[in-house]
Order: sequence, then C-alpha cells, then structure tokens
Amino acid sequence: MREKIIERVDHTIPSPRSELISGIKAELPLMIAVIPFGMIYGILAIGVGIPASSAQAMSVILFAGSAQFVSAQLFGLGVPAGIIVATIVVVNLRHILYSASIAPYLKKLPNRWKWSLAYLLTDEAYAVTILQYRRGSSMGNKHWFFLGAGLTLWTTWQLSTAAGIFLGASIPTSWSLDFTLALTFIALVVPTLKDRASFGAALTAGVIAVLAFALPLKLGLLAASLIGILIGYSIEVRS
Amino acid sequence: MSIWLTIIIAGLLTYATRLSFIYLHGKVSIPDTLKRALRFVPPAVFTAIFLPELLVTEGMLNVSLGNGRLIAGLLAIIVAWRTKNVILTIVVGMLTLWVLQAMVS
Repeated sequence: MREKIIERVDHTIPSPRSELISGIKAELPLMIAVIPFGMIYGILAIGVGIPASSAQAMSVILFAGSAQFVSAQLFGLGVPAGIIVATIVVVNLRHILYSASIAPYLKKLPNRWKWSLAYLLTDEAYAVTILQYRRGSSMGNKHWFFLGAGLTLWTTWQLSTAAGIFLGASIPTSWSLDFTLALTFIALVVPTLKDRASFGAALTAGVIAVLAFALPLKLGLLAASLIGILIGYSIEVRS
Repeated sequence: MSIWLTIIIAGLLTYATRLSFIYLHGKVSIPDTLKRALRFVPPAVFTAIFLPELLVTEGMLNVSLGNGRLIAGLLAIIVAWRTKNVILTIVVGMLTLWVLQAMVS
C-alpha cells in the first residue's frame, strides 16, 4: 500500500527537469512545419524591401508567424503604419482566448513566470501545453513543460527566420511549403475531437471561417472562433 | 512612423493580448459559463485556421477533386485521427500534395 502511494506521487508530479524535457519533446515534431514557415517569412520580408535587422526584430518582438507574414506584405505595399499596427493586433486577438484558456493553470505562479510564459504564448506552444495541462489533475511542474515547448519554438523560429533572411535563397512557391502550417493544425486538433461538443465547435468554426474568408483583417477567423466556441458550449450544456 | 516604431508598438500590443487573462486571473472574477466555454478554444480556433487553407484557393471556394490541398488535407485528417502522430500527418499531407501537383503539371 505504502509503495503504491509513493509510486503515485512519483507519477503525478514529475520534476521540473523532466517536465522541461517533455515540453521540448512534445514541441519538436511541429518544427518540421515551423522551419519552412520561418524561412519563407524571412525570404518574403527581404523580398518586399524590409531591412534584415527589422525583419529579424519582428521575429523577436512580435514572435507571431501569421502576423509577421501579413505585416511584411503590408509593409511591401506601402500601407500606412497605423493600419499595419491595427492589422497585427486583430490577427493576434486570438491570443486573448489562449490567455484566458490557460490562465487558471498558471494562477499560482509568481509574476516573473506569468510575464515570461505570456511572451511564449504562441499557437504552437499553447496547443501542446493546454493538452498537457488537461492531462491529469495536478499542476505539478507543468509550467516547466510550457517553458520547454515555448523555448523550443522560440529558438527554432529565430533561427529559421534568420536563415530565410540572411541565406536568402528563395524557395519556389510551387513547393507549397506554406501548406505545412495547415497540416500542423490538422495534426494538433483532429485527435482531440473525441466528443460531440468539441466536434461541433470545430466544424462550426471551420465552416464559418471558410464562408467568411473574404472579410478583411482576418476578422473571419475571430468571428468563426467565437461562434464555434459558443456552439460547442451549447452542445455540452444541452447533453 | 518608422518601421521600428511600428514593430515595437505592435509587439507591445501583441504581448498585451498574450498576458491579458494570465495577468487578470484572480484579479477579476470570470463567470463559470466563460470558463466552461474556454474548453472549446483549441478546436474552434485551430479548425478556423486550417479549414480555409484546404477549401479556399486563390481567393475562391474550391470544392473539387482538382483541389490538391483539399485531397491532401482530408488524407492528413485521416492520418491524424488514426495515428495521432504529428510528423506522419505533416509528411503524408505534403507528399500527397506534391504527388497531386506533379500529376496535374
């Protein structure tokens, strides 16, 4: 009996080090999509005439792939800065949803952890970390998992965008490497659609996003997400 | 406004979106309804990101067998569902797209 209890404790609270390594391992497979995506961004940014230092600074300061793509295109078109800022903010509004979704798991952490992990809260880091938090009841040292996943993505993103910017060799668009982004999200979301409510949320959001793709500033994504969440919730409440 | 100023302002605002509820949690009360609804953030947002990539090509809705991204994406969905393997899903999807593109051209 006693051994059993000790064993359970060992299982429920892995050490910071082992959570960190788990986080790195969970994030690594996504890198086969992040690397080409980062390189394409770098090449695009240089191609539209953004100086190398600014292009790389976007990776460090914004650290948000799709927003960097959109803003590079807008810089290239000579769009006024205010509109570029507004566009980036709208494209990044989904992070508020991620922030709200992960906040309960981080509530006991000291501020320096909260402020640091917030910087690392990207699509890809959020996706693997929220799954980890929902697995098992104990928070344990899962913030180290988040840190491992986040730093893996951060490092890869900086290096791959730098490779695109400074090596500069162009990747033919016929390789369709941008498609790896869609495939990443398929790989992350499809296995989690196990109940009717999640499936309903996903299907609703997906269909609306397709129908609303013509809306400016990626507003379609935001509207679709919010309606999908609402539908998922109402299916859950009803059943 | 210089490009640097643009990046810094947009960066600060982006950081604010990320920090928002992580910072506010415990300081403002979040209704239970909202908490339960947040479970649906990943399926809703991620599907809203990837589905248009399969169905919208060159700004047009394209539901046909000639749409390589749709076929490759559907195959990737099956692989993801059956194997839960991230790398396999991405590799199968990309290879399928390349084969289909090679057949067309």
